[in-house]
Amino acid sequence: MDVLSPYKEATDVILEAGGEPLKLCYQCGLCTGICPWNLVRSFLVRRIMHAAQLGAIDFGSEDIWTCVTCRACVQRCPRGVEIIDVMRALRRAVASMGIGVVPDALRISAKNIAGVGNPLGEAPEKRNDWAKDLKVKNFASGTEILYFPCCVPSYDPDVKTIARSTATIFNKLKIDYGLIGTEAKCCGESIRKAGHEDTFQSLAQNNINLFTSNGVKTVVVSSPHCYHTFKNEYPELGSKFEVIHTTQYLASLIEQGKLKLSKEINKKVIYSDPCYLGRHNSVYDEPRKVLQSIPGLELIEFPDAREEGLCCGGGGGRIWMDTPKGERFSDIRVEQAVAKGADIIALACPYCFLNYRDSVLSMGKAETMQVKDIAELVAEAI
Amino acid sequence: MEEPRIGVYVCHCGTNIAGTVDVEEVAKYAETLPHVVVARHYPYTCSDPGQELIKKDIKELGVNRVVVASCSPRLHEKTFQGVLREAGLNPYLFQMANIREQCSWLHEPGPELTEKAKRMVGAAVNRVSRHVPLEMRAVPIFPATLVVGGGIAGMQAALEIANSNHMVYIVEREPSIGGHMAQFDKTFPTLDCAACILTPRMTEVSRHPFIRILTYSEVVAISGYVGNFKIKIRRKPRYVDEGKCIGCLVCQEKCPWTALSEFNAGTSKRKAIYTPFPQAVPNIPVIDAEHCAYFLKEKCRACEKFCDANAINFEQSELIFELEVGNIIIATGFDTFDASSIPQYGYGRYPNVFTSMEFERLCSPTGPTEGHIILADGRQPESVAIVHCVGSRDKNYNEYCSRVCCMHALKYSHLIKEKTNAAIYQMYIDMRCFGKGYEEFYNRISNEGVNFIRGKVAKVTDEAIAEEEKGKLIVLVEDTLLGTMLRVPVDMVILCIALEPRKDANEVARLFHLGRSADGFFLERHPKLDPVATMSEGILIAGCCQGPKDIPDSVAQASAAAARALAMIARGKIEVPAITAAIDETECSGCRICNLLCPYDAIFFDDEAKVSRINQVMCQGCGVCAAACPSGAITHNYFTVEEITAEIEGVLA
Repeated sequence: MDVLSPYKEATDVILEAGGEPLKLCYQCGLCTGICPWNLVRSFLVRRIMHAAQLGAIDFGSEDIWTCVTCRACVQRCPRGVEIIDVMRALRRAVASMGIGVVPDALRISAKNIAGVGNPLGEAPEKRNDWAKDLKVKNFASGTEILYFPCCVPSYDPDVKTIARSTATIFNKLKIDYGLIGTEAKCCGESIRKAGHEDTFQSLAQNNINLFTSNGVKTVVVSSPHCYHTFKNEYPELGSKFEVIHTTQYLASLIEQGKLKLSKEINKKVIYSDPCYLGRHNSVYDEPRKVLQSIPGLELIEFPDAREEGLCCGGGGGRIWMDTPKGERFSDIRVEQAVAKGADIIALACPYCFLNYRDSVLSMGKAETMQVKDIAELVAEAI
Repeated sequence: MEEPRIGVYVCHCGTNIAGTVDVEEVAKYAETLPHVVVARHYPYTCSDPGQELIKKDIKELGVNRVVVASCSPRLHEKTFQGVLREAGLNPYLFQMANIREQCSWLHEPGPELTEKAKRMVGAAVNRVSRHVPLEMRAVPIFPATLVVGGGIAGMQAALEIANSNHMVYIVEREPSIGGHMAQFDKTFPTLDCAACILTPRMTEVSRHPFIRILTYSEVVAISGYVGNFKIKIRRKPRYVDEGKCIGCLVCQEKCPWTALSEFNAGTSKRKAIYTPFPQAVPNIPVIDAEHCAYFLKEKCRACEKFCDANAINFEQSELIFELEVGNIIIATGFDTFDASSIPQYGYGRYPNVFTSMEFERLCSPTGPTEGHIILADGRQPESVAIVHCVGSRDKNYNEYCSRVCCMHALKYSHLIKEKTNAAIYQMYIDMRCFGKGYEEFYNRISNEGVNFIRGKVAKVTDEAIAEEEKGKLIVLVEDTLLGTMLRVPVDMVILCIALEPRKDANEVARLFHLGRSADGFFLERHPKLDPVATMSEGILIAGCCQGPKDIPDSVAQASAAAARALAMIARGKIEVPAITAAIDETECSGCRICNLLCPYDAIFFDDEAKVSRINQVMCQGCGVCAAACPSGAITHNYFTVEEITAEIEGVLA
């Protein structure tokens, strides 16, 4: 029999770090039932909540790092417990107090972000290299829009296409936009969820100072993760700029008649809601509106779409950690897309892009199933 | 006015006040205030000896005004006013300083508490010296009672009152009385048949010489005040002459037009001319104009042709009439939660997902299957999942516990066991079996063999991933005691849906001046000590309109409401507080702002004099008019400008 000896400091850290609503949990297990991990393996969210309530958490357990922060459980929790905050608090306890082990892959990404301002460990001065041949100006005071593509499309050669497509569209429409200097750093959304609060604070402060001193009023982002933290977390630290996701921006351009899509894409396209655009920020309609504006395109839906959409597996810092074959949510999604007869999986998030691309390749489906960001499809149809 | 001689009594309230406030110092300070002839402190001023102390000072020291510094006036103002009355003083020459809720209970301990208590006592002393005697008013009571809603609570209340030979009107908007209880098959925990205990009640109500049932009717307006309400009733046309109809129901048999049966919770059809159920009271059908071919297309009239009593009357129109009553008992019951608003439970998508109400009808011999528990395709289920807390105990829907579902879920287990060989799974969060005989019932049903799974169901799906799941509904739930995710394949799912406030609770609340609690149910005056009265005098509440409850609790509350009404009827008149507002007609500009604002319709405009006047019987002394009057023509007695100013000056002194 175990003697209950709560780790009081741990409980305090959890409560302090936003775990306060944890007290409300009445252990119904709905979170476990909803959690997508249980489609592929056992992950008892409820049990973690109870252990956290008692301060009897095993900080060495890999469970601490499992949650993808997709918000499916929070959305339906009958007591409104902010389960993601609790998960983040547990990670914070490990990362800041050293009472457990941060997984290797995550440690490397965290080190890169803290060191050079991006998880890939690339040189800061290369941040805008993706746009070299596209004649995108540098943001200067008075420029209407700052385009902030996220670190992944900025550096990853296979994902650059998201940023390049967006810039191509903007160029064609003669939109007054620019890129900010290479002092920009990762938005910090995911590293914060992975428990590295200090790193997040310094990234956010850096970006806020940079944006403010350059007179940025409106930022268009390609990543729902940048969107989320810019919109919901930066204002608490003093930011004052408006944030728009590319799909929202494109939808508004279409609505105003500024963006006309004339080239046909005669394909069946299935759209996967990014958790941080959908459940976290309730943006469901604009990406669909943009897709439906493309002539010839037939938009179809996953069995679980919108509020019920399945995560790609890349949130909460999981994008930097390896998920074994057989446990990848994006694999399930690709199978569903195949079953639905889709030709293209349309995305609106660089993390989704990475995961779906890997799934399609590792499942040997690259010949029959394309993975594209909505910006790419729009650039093709323009 | 005679010279004020004020007595001040500072209460210790045990240690509630004296623990942090220096009561002796407060009393000493009070003695220094103008007009104060005596100031004392006492452990429990509300106790008999405490009250005697005040009476003695009134008699022996000639005290003619009293200040008690103690708890909230809501608790003991009436107590101390009674002391004054018994000692021969006008009860309105009294002022309370609430140094408990507003001082000792409120702040961190420290010397400031004593200082604040002194200021509060000073304010009360200042104010009490300006009080003038006010006279209580007696208003006669009209001895009839209106009961709104003819379910079990309404019937119980009506019978209790009518048995004392006082008239009761039951207004019921459905074609029959009986309410939800008439829809149930068996009742927990005794498993006696609902109809067997309800039908005699319904008959008793219908035959009672002091009860008049007004079915298919609604209250449309109410005016007046406690003891003297005027009620306007709208009687919807039945299109059947109640005087002629003999209840043979040939019309129902011959009618070729159908609609979903409300009584059977939509599980079967009824005719366009119908009585909701065989034991309906009154046993007189109604024509549902929305589904009757004559009203829709001006043809058919089959009912008319076959009615030997010539009772069908397509020309009937609605009837508006008035009743006069002294008391009103609201017993409008509940609506059930719409299960389709939780799409992941599959209600409306999978035909074998039933709500608790539908399952009640499925079990009933008068239901759509004549009591056979069968699936949509007619097969008997081999396994059934009963899902608790559907729409209850969930912030996203209703935060409260619906209180009856655990018990009816257990009842369903028994009924299923009795009629089929199905395996039963109860998915619960907590078993709440708290009533008399309920735990024993839980014990009994457990012994009959039920699988209890502790966990809130995440999803009901028909997507099979294993052979044994094919053709089944699969219930996804964490067994939180095992710490395992389960997929439970079953043939039938029963959703125990929440009890909710009626959809039109807001309109009813407005009509009867009722408050609503955060959960949307009607608000009682005090959750513990006065659960049947409301903030509107003479309007009482009973049954599920006040909050979810089982039949025993509904009946008990209904009897309590009846007792309250009977007490008022027996008294014959009531005293209403003397605090009212008065208009200085020389100052009134006739703008009529107060007319519109008065929540009690107590202010009327005198067209000849071109001034507003206040009906002193109807005025409840709320003060809205006085605050709003742009000419300052309205005086709110007991809260005059002079009194309030004096009080403020006392605080600031």
